[in-house]
Amino acid sequence: MAVETSDPGIALATDTPSAAGMSRQHLLIFAGLLALGLVAPFVLYPVFVMKVLCFALFACAFNLLLGYGGLLSFGHAAYFGSASYVCAHAAKAWNLTPELSILLGTGTACILGIVFGSLAIRRQGIYFAMVTLAFAQMVFFFSLQAPFTGGEDGIQSVPRGRLLGLIDLSADLTLYFFVLAVVFLGLLLIYRIIHSPFGQVLKAIRENEPRAVSLGYRVNRYKLAVFVMSATLAGLAGATKAIVFQLASLTDVYWTMSGEVVLMTLLGGMGTVFGPIVGAAIIVTMQNYLATFGAWVTVIQGCIFVVGVLLFREGIVGVLSKWFKKPL
Amino acid sequence: MFELLGIPPQALFGQLLLGLINGSFYALLSLGLAVIFGLLNIINFAHGAQYMMGAFVAWMLLNYLGVNYWWALLLVPIAVGLFGIVIERLLISRLYHLDHLYGLLLTFGLALIIQGLFRNQYGISGLPYQIPQQLAGGQNLGFMFLPNYRGWVIVASLVVCLATWFMIEKTKLGAYLRAATENPTLVGAFGINVPRLVTLTYGFGVALAAFAGVLAAPIYSVNPNMGADLIIVVFAVVVIGGMGSILGSIITGFGLGLIEGLTRVFYPEGSAVVIFVIMAIVLLVKPAGLFGRTA
Amino acid sequence: MKIRTMMLAALAATMMAGTALADTAVKIGVLNDRSGIYADLAGEGSVIAARMAVEDFKAADKGIAVEIISADHQNKPDVASTIARQWYDQDGVDVILDVPTSSAALAVNEITREKNKVFINSGAGTADLTGSKCSPNTVHWTYDTWALAHGTGSAMVANGGKKWFFLTADYAFGHALERDTAEVVKAAGGEVVGTVRHPFPGTDFSSFLLQAQSSGAQVIGLANAGGDTINSIKQAAEFGITQGGQALAGLLVFITDVHALGLQTAQGLVLTESFYWDLNDQTREWSKRFSEQNGGKMPTMVQAGVYAGVLHYLKAVEATAGKDAAAIMSKMKEMPTEDPLFGKGSVRQDGRKIHDMYLFKVKTPDQSKGPWDYYDLVATIPADKAFRPLADGGCELVK
Repeated sequence: MAVETSDPGIALATDTPSAAGMSRQHLLIFAGLLALGLVAPFVLYPVFVMKVLCFALFACAFNLLLGYGGLLSFGHAAYFGSASYVCAHAAKAWNLTPELSILLGTGTACILGIVFGSLAIRRQGIYFAMVTLAFAQMVFFFSLQAPFTGGEDGIQSVPRGRLLGLIDLSADLTLYFFVLAVVFLGLLLIYRIIHSPFGQVLKAIRENEPRAVSLGYRVNRYKLAVFVMSATLAGLAGATKAIVFQLASLTDVYWTMSGEVVLMTLLGGMGTVFGPIVGAAIIVTMQNYLATFGAWVTVIQGCIFVVGVLLFREGIVGVLSKWFKKPL
Repeated sequence: MFELLGIPPQALFGQLLLGLINGSFYALLSLGLAVIFGLLNIINFAHGAQYMMGAFVAWMLLNYLGVNYWWALLLVPIAVGLFGIVIERLLISRLYHLDHLYGLLLTFGLALIIQGLFRNQYGISGLPYQIPQQLAGGQNLGFMFLPNYRGWVIVASLVVCLATWFMIEKTKLGAYLRAATENPTLVGAFGINVPRLVTLTYGFGVALAAFAGVLAAPIYSVNPNMGADLIIVVFAVVVIGGMGSILGSIITGFGLGLIEGLTRVFYPEGSAVVIFVIMAIVLLVKPAGLFGRTA
Repeated sequence: MKIRTMMLAALAATMMAGTALADTAVKIGVLNDRSGIYADLAGEGSVIAARMAVEDFKAADKGIAVEIISADHQNKPDVASTIARQWYDQDGVDVILDVPTSSAALAVNEITREKNKVFINSGAGTADLTGSKCSPNTVHWTYDTWALAHGTGSAMVANGGKKWFFLTADYAFGHALERDTAEVVKAAGGEVVGTVRHPFPGTDFSSFLLQAQSSGAQVIGLANAGGDTINSIKQAAEFGITQGGQALAGLLVFITDVHALGLQTAQGLVLTESFYWDLNDQTREWSKRFSEQNGGKMPTMVQAGVYAGVLHYLKAVEATAGKDAAAIMSKMKEMPTEDPLFGKGSVRQDGRKIHDMYLFKVKTPDQSKGPWDYYDLVATIPADKAFRPLADGGCELVK
């Protein structure tokens, strides 16, 4: 039960990368993104750009599961949010340095991913989506009631701390470059996973699971592995966000967050390398600048979903990639 | 504090009865989902929004047109069901050749739009809807005071659920339906208009949600978010019951209502998660759900 | 976030009249719920109230140009902190008002302290704002959970409601409300016979209400808020709880909740507020003007608090001839407050605004003379008794 993806894009995406591990146009795009990331905080409000970065990583992690693993999780907020809580708690209550806190948060997401993933991959397709959603709800209720999460208040005024105990991150710009580095490394890692032999097997499973089984692949192991990777990287995004906003809150574990990340991926183009980044940038910008319209934001998001599913299944980058006849 | 073991049996009966009332809503909603899933193979994420629409349309009929509760109970499912039919024809029907997950995403988007529009128009505080006079007051059952209306909810939903089951399992129309689920091409070859059957089925499932919405209007406040959280619980109910069986979704709905009711007595803090915990256990033991055919 | 920016008529008038240029330009941010559960009790009404304060103060004539902007924080602490940060960093906002929802208010409290601006809270309940989380940059204007718990709790016990059962929303805010009220009840000689924690948010409270009914309590204290409170009151009426002789005590109920419930359901409910439109001539006059601009809806105490807060802030701006946060804060605490809605009062060292609180009982449909005629005044709680004593809050500003 694989998600239908834009066939030309995928066919091209399976092209083997050059010896350097990256095709030339991808190298150029990554360089361009990095340059953009370096200039952005001087033009735009740094906190806003950091938010975009965190969500871009989150969406890319999600895309690893949906776009390459063919598994639609409707509960990715669980990993994003729980990592955010653990990171915030570690930084605030235990006074750990930011990088350690982020690592702890990411580790939590990884463990949760193993537990939930091994249960969820027992079902497929729609059931899989609903099961992940239900698990995420459990995490939500836990976050609401556990003593350390602060319930409704969340964990507030989390110290940004000193990186490695040395560099003070309280200035927005300093923090920005730290976040940029984290996110960029995360994206490169995802890229590596997609283009590794492991990634090729994943695509094979997505396209035709019975055939992959008959070829002798232990399909469930691959599925679990990609699920855990995706959850872990989503956790990295969530933990970083907690440091940026100095806050972990229920929003991060609520099911609407799971819906949003699907939206970002769908809009940008699932199964493309750069699509989720574009999708995340658009959705975050929209939420930021349309915030005063209240419920209209929900309506607009709903419309994007409907239009996206009906007319635009490749997403923005998917369409671009068709135009340029290049995998993006 | 409430004593754990000191609950007299009468109080327990009361709580079980209340659980059954909540179960009525779970049963009606999961039945609608199951009917839609059976034929269309999509999970109708907009089900919660359509349930909410049911309550709102009842409120609008009363406040703008003076239509009373009893007429609303009849008219609202028809109106919202028609809305469902339009949605199916215009939007959902374009997705049948694709993976089912797109149906889930589309209806999720629809749910956002519907909820957003109602929030804009009516705010979120909730609107009052009075219990119809014929059902005001209540009965003293000895072990508890049962409001007449709550009793009516159980009866009405049981009747509707069983009628639906009867229609699908025992009538000719139901036989077509089940056959179309198994093999639409073959059924089409027999001269049955399958797309129309599909459209009507969706409309019917939506009408069931709207019916539940009208039933809910007098007891819960009519509120744009009333379906949003409920739908996720109903999903869990559906996973536990398994999608395959109509009767299964009815039994699971009522049964989980009972279990939730018991949790409210013994461990109230856990009553919101108990269904999800059961779901995890069922998945471990019987991945296809209690009544499900193997997926 | 600047979509709703409103250049005030006052500013335009100044320019057209060709009077001297404004000496001080002040930017006020009204941050509250514009789409959610508290949109009716704060929302656009708070913006209207802020605008009325600027007009009534005649800011333009006094050389103060005021601009008001507003945004929706959706009752989420993360959204609130993002907007507050951006307002202070990017948009040059000097003071943030309102901010209902305790979690969001605490978030704005921290950011305001960090950025050294001014925060006048009206909408949120948590007494921590002037207690353990108190800040030299925050004034908590309208009410807090301590005041509500004490007002309602002690009055109910005094009227013979000695045995209490709590229906508590199972999260930090609900727990705090329950704890505060239980203390009052016990101190006044009452007892707590039971507590049930319901999931938050909940839809069906019948099971919990049934437990409350069989507990033999005289008073059922509703330690929850918003939709949960509305639903529990509604379902209590359905199960004949009030007819059975048990009284409901709403620990956080606003006039908009009563409006939504209707008098038929809400009658007999006892609650504490710091403002009611029908208190005296001044409040009636102001509320009439307000409702004309707010689609006929009467003001809530939260909106009244925004009006009074802006007024007091502008007085401090005028007095200090500037907008330095520290100077304004000390001026606001030094000057007595006076406005038509809360009368005479003061701002305490810990940021707590002190005024009378009122205990109301919701009228029956027969007693009500028309729309919005909802409350009977039961008792006035004098200002010196209404709020938590300065020494008990644990605020570090109190030496």
